[in-house]
Amino acid sequence: MRRTSLASLTAAAVVAALAVGTMSALRAQQPQTPSLETLRVQGNVYAIFGAGGNVTVQAGSDGVLVVDTGLAATAGALLAEIRKLSNGPIRFIVNTHFHPDHVGGNAAFSGLPPDPRGVAPERAANAAAAIADPLQPLNIIAHENVLNRMTKALPPLQPGQTGGSERLRGMPIDEYFAPTKDMRFNGEAIVLYHETKAHTDGDSLVLFRGSDVVSAGDIFTPDAYPFIDVASGGSVAGEIAALNHILQLAVPGHTEEAGTYIVPGHGRICDEADVVEFRDMIVIVRDRVQDMINRKATLDQIESAKLTRDYDPEYVTPASFVKADQFVEAIYKSLTAAGTK
Amino acid sequence: MRQLHPLTLLGAALLAGLSASPAFAQADFAGHWAPLFHEDHPERIPGPELGDYLGIPLSEAGRLRADSYDADRISVVPEYECRPHAGDYMMRGLSNMRIDAIRDPVTNRLTAYHLRMGFQEMERTIYLDGRPRPSANAPHTWSGFSLGTWQDNVLNIYTTHLKENYIRRNGIPASDKRTFTEHWVRHGNYLTVETVITDPAILTEPLVRSQTWVLDPTQQMGRDICETVPEVPKAADYVPHHLPGTNPFLHEVADWYGLPADATRGGADTMYPEYRKKMGKPANPPPAMCVRYCNCGLNGGGCNLQ
Repeated sequence: MRRTSLASLTAAAVVAALAVGTMSALRAQQPQTPSLETLRVQGNVYAIFGAGGNVTVQAGSDGVLVVDTGLAATAGALLAEIRKLSNGPIRFIVNTHFHPDHVGGNAAFSGLPPDPRGVAPERAANAAAAIADPLQPLNIIAHENVLNRMTKALPPLQPGQTGGSERLRGMPIDEYFAPTKDMRFNGEAIVLYHETKAHTDGDSLVLFRGSDVVSAGDIFTPDAYPFIDVASGGSVAGEIAALNHILQLAVPGHTEEAGTYIVPGHGRICDEADVVEFRDMIVIVRDRVQDMINRKATLDQIESAKLTRDYDPEYVTPASFVKADQFVEAIYKSLTAAGTK
Repeated sequence: MRQLHPLTLLGAALLAGLSASPAFAQADFAGHWAPLFHEDHPERIPGPELGDYLGIPLSEAGRLRADSYDADRISVVPEYECRPHAGDYMMRGLSNMRIDAIRDPVTNRLTAYHLRMGFQEMERTIYLDGRPRPSANAPHTWSGFSLGTWQDNVLNIYTTHLKENYIRRNGIPASDKRTFTEHWVRHGNYLTVETVITDPAILTEPLVRSQTWVLDPTQQMGRDICETVPEVPKAADYVPHHLPGTNPFLHEVADWYGLPADATRGGADTMYPEYRKKMGKPANPPPAMCVRYCNCGLNGGGCNLQ
């Protein structure tokens, strides 16, 4: 047996320690595997929580339709969760709006082979070709304002770049510009409604008419003040109108609960009664802000009045994305901006 | 192999038999029950006055929510018209109750009580099988998710997953973050339910209330169907409410009953007997004789409102 010198052992130990240290450092840099939860809403529709924004999934014999794709960092975990529901092809993605916690997984999903059931080993090796194939049967749908905003956010083309399929990977190029878009998938009618100037200027409500489920995106966040993104075309008037539209679409069951279920952009599965409380809160706070605007108060004075202090314990936590002042400021800005009163 | 003593075997058999049998001390709550209104009568029949927050440990947030309340909302916003009480208030409202025992068909073990209320056909299930609570992402309901455990002959129930509702029917809200604990005790034909509500968004302390029911084997419960209809034309973005500091009705209860105005504003202090020593004098003396809601009978019948 060959003897190993002490120096060699020491060197090996140092290398091993460095390797372990490097791996630990790498692990520390990598995002931890997110803990996702899937709940069946009703019919063919499921909700997946924990991927950033909520994800709504409709699965059936035709394949899978996904409403929003969460954060980019959670795309792998999201796909694994969807595969627990169905191994069928992911045929459609619908983006309710353009924020990264709702479109972040688009690019990763666009790289999937067309149909995992039919992928032969030799074809899997050509997955890169499938990624770049603009004819792959995955349509990403959104209102055209979503595509416009996502396109604006792209880095400018460099000399020699053509702006081809790789650049469009994950972009909702199956955009619509009319007030509604409808389709039939997995045996049920699915209707998209463009809600103008609500959370943003490109919001879509997605109604699963057979399953009786509405996927609302960030128009509705039952545990948090809404993020009225005024800079991206949102407004309090449009937000209230969109919530009223959800109330029109929703029909409650016995004792005014259940019936139509609503999957919010963030937070638990809800029904009509929950949307009513949320809508009423926004209307009441809007009226308070408008009253102070009418009395010539400045934004500072309005914020100092703490007009949401009765709702804050219900809608604000230390982790909240939208704090009370931000909510009030968004209302103030949208009420005082020309044409959005 | 060592032989077991016959007495040891007998003891083991007795223990096994005891553990497989229902606890003898458990009360049976199944049956038809009629509510008794001797507790908190003015609040329950005919109903609380606007601005009466006495005895409620309201937070500042809860108080402003209540002050903003406009009762028109019930008729102007159609979605409110047919709302039932939530699980905590349904045990307190004006409603008869039937309790059914749900048993495992094989073992005959009691696995749940199912409640059916006369008002709005409210239903509630109290599980006794130790099942896990739903996910935090699961829907909330009016009745919530109730899980009961026995403590001798007392049934202790803890309820979560509630929808927003009300603590008092004059605008004091109950948030969807609240939970409540109940203690059900049966003495002969009487059922006493003690309710402890914890609401971090509305209350500063738990609110403790109790209600009593009497067994009524001849009770008949029919349907109570409510249909939502738009009754008042309104703009889609109109919700009745009072702006802060503008509710004109908040002083009425103090004026009518000769109460110190501060007392009617509620708060944890007003729950305790010691508060009487510091609550001060009313602006107006109490009326010499009853002038509001005198001689109220069951369900408000015969109330003398002048």
